[in-house]
Amino acid sequence: MDMINSIFLVDSIGVQNWTYILVGITFSLYIGIAVWARAGSTKEFYVAGGGVSPLANGMATAADWMSAASFISMAGIISFAGYDGAVYLMGWTGGYVLLALLLAPYLRKFGKFTVPDFIGDRYYSNTARLVGVICALLVSFTYVAGQMRGVGLVFSRFLEVDINTGVVIGMLIVLFYAVLGGMKGITYTQVAQYCVLIFAFMVPAIFISIQMTGNPIPQLGFGSELVDGSGTFLLDKLDGLSTDLGFAEYTQGSKSLVDIFAITLALMVGTAGLPHVIVRFFTVKRVKDARKSAGIALLLIVILYSTAPAVAAFARTNMIETLSNKSYATVPEWFKKWETTGLITFVDKNNDGLIQYVADNNKNELVVDNDIMVLANPEIAELPNWVIALVAAGALAAALSTAAGLLLVISASVSHDLIKKIINPKISEKNELIAARFSAVVAVCVAGYFGINPPGFVAATVALAFGLAAASFFPAIILGIFYKRMNKEGAIAGMIVGIVVMLYYMLKYKLGWFDEVTPDKSEWWFGISPEGFGSVAMLLNFIVSITIMKFTPLPPQDVQEIVEKIRIPSGAGKATH
Amino acid sequence: MEKNNSKVYWKENIKYLFILLTVWFLVSFGGGILFKDFLNEFKFGGFKLGFWFAQQGSMYVFVILIFIYVKLMNKLDKKYGYDK
Repeated sequence: MDMINSIFLVDSIGVQNWTYILVGITFSLYIGIAVWARAGSTKEFYVAGGGVSPLANGMATAADWMSAASFISMAGIISFAGYDGAVYLMGWTGGYVLLALLLAPYLRKFGKFTVPDFIGDRYYSNTARLVGVICALLVSFTYVAGQMRGVGLVFSRFLEVDINTGVVIGMLIVLFYAVLGGMKGITYTQVAQYCVLIFAFMVPAIFISIQMTGNPIPQLGFGSELVDGSGTFLLDKLDGLSTDLGFAEYTQGSKSLVDIFAITLALMVGTAGLPHVIVRFFTVKRVKDARKSAGIALLLIVILYSTAPAVAAFARTNMIETLSNKSYATVPEWFKKWETTGLITFVDKNNDGLIQYVADNNKNELVVDNDIMVLANPEIAELPNWVIALVAAGALAAALSTAAGLLLVISASVSHDLIKKIINPKISEKNELIAARFSAVVAVCVAGYFGINPPGFVAATVALAFGLAAASFFPAIILGIFYKRMNKEGAIAGMIVGIVVMLYYMLKYKLGWFDEVTPDKSEWWFGISPEGFGSVAMLLNFIVSITIMKFTPLPPQDVQEIVEKIRIPSGAGKATH
Repeated sequence: MEKNNSKVYWKENIKYLFILLTVWFLVSFGGGILFKDFLNEFKFGGFKLGFWFAQQGSMYVFVILIFIYVKLMNKLDKKYGYDK
């Protein structure tokens, strides 16, 4: 505990000043890297020149992957969902196994710049390419809106600026290094951002683990006994607290087996089908580097993902013990601070001055937003100010790195797939680069607009992005590699059916567009939620593709030869047009 | 010869994929979901085993699977002369 005390000594600086200092340092770092790694050619702009080392690419992929949702929201969601939260943990990591084994090496061997590039060439059709572009834009825009919102949220809470001002600051920073550096700039800033975000996530987790269980490793800590001398395991205690308040047992959860299965599968295949993740594997030199960097990326991701459920359990226990049945007049200072942001609300329904936190909605008086669990966790655990500020810098790193990766996919889809490959194949490299930069600027502005005017519920849009990727790209790419006979008719029909069905289900059952009220879960098809429906839409895509293929001509001989070549790792040339 | 070589290589690759993805399925959809209630009868420190697979174990196995795949494929590439 001496260490903790000495850290408190430098605490007179205050949370807000610490936040300015840490955010200032990290932002200068990102800008410095961007200036150093300017892109001079389209190849540098799209795939960082194709010479990124597996380690750097692994780190960049991890930062690219871990978004505001992973950093800020995931632990909180698990905290409230208990066992059910495992769908995110398994879904968002298991997808990397699919990516490493079934997609990344072959797409790297194929050696192009973008995912629609693969779709267009493998299915010898600009219609397929166009469908690919539309999917890529749909997926990336729905995803990026949530990131900009996350940036705004962190700025507004920690630096006490307006949420919209926060979004604009975030836009300017991303604009600067994505437009200037392209993939090259993004790759090396993401390497830095990984370091910042993982440090920021682990430090408070380790502190809290020591406080509660005496074990410095959070992954072991949440399976250990509490330090209060009772000899009770933390999870047993939490199960007891949960059932006492009328919630499901923490380690049991409340979703149906079928839905858990479907959501996990949808998130896995969605992860493997996300263009901003796939495109990262185009930046390494050889096929074997693509495999290795997928392994490194997952290892680095799992460091955070295996810590998140520990943080979730600690935070949940802490929260119940600090607030449940305590007098509102004596709540800690952080409670009042977060109340002003609207992320915690308390209504004293029975006027007894105590906080009733129970499962029964009619009696429950406390509503806590998911996001608080990570953002306020260091305050709840009374950690030093610099740790609280560090969380802000980490959350910004997570949101900015993902936003930048998505913006690149958007700009490449427009300048490369749409302009160069479909509209004007004769465009010079110099003009293509200008078009790429220009579309990045437009994309940032659109993303910023959605950040300021978020379309509905942001979490819903992120779930939609996974569903769409699962329903469109995953089957088209898998069939393109593993099924030589798959032709353009089958692939195009499959992708279109997949997306349309997915969009329909999401709009109907999540956003309630077609009915007076959003239909109840008893009306879900097969009992599968909109979040899990991507797995059904994916299956449908496979079935439609293969059926249509049976009734239409085989792909031409030269395309079948391309497939043969993709399967052999040697001679992976540099990524080309 | 060249053509035949690539066919055998692809077959072995598919065999690896099949084995590794079976493990992938068993730890996550099996251990973490389908057999969770059964596994929860057993305890591993303070963890119920099914819960542990769902929130910890399957992720560790995923990482190990990819590195095993990398090892296997590097060896396979060498065997068929595709490592150049």
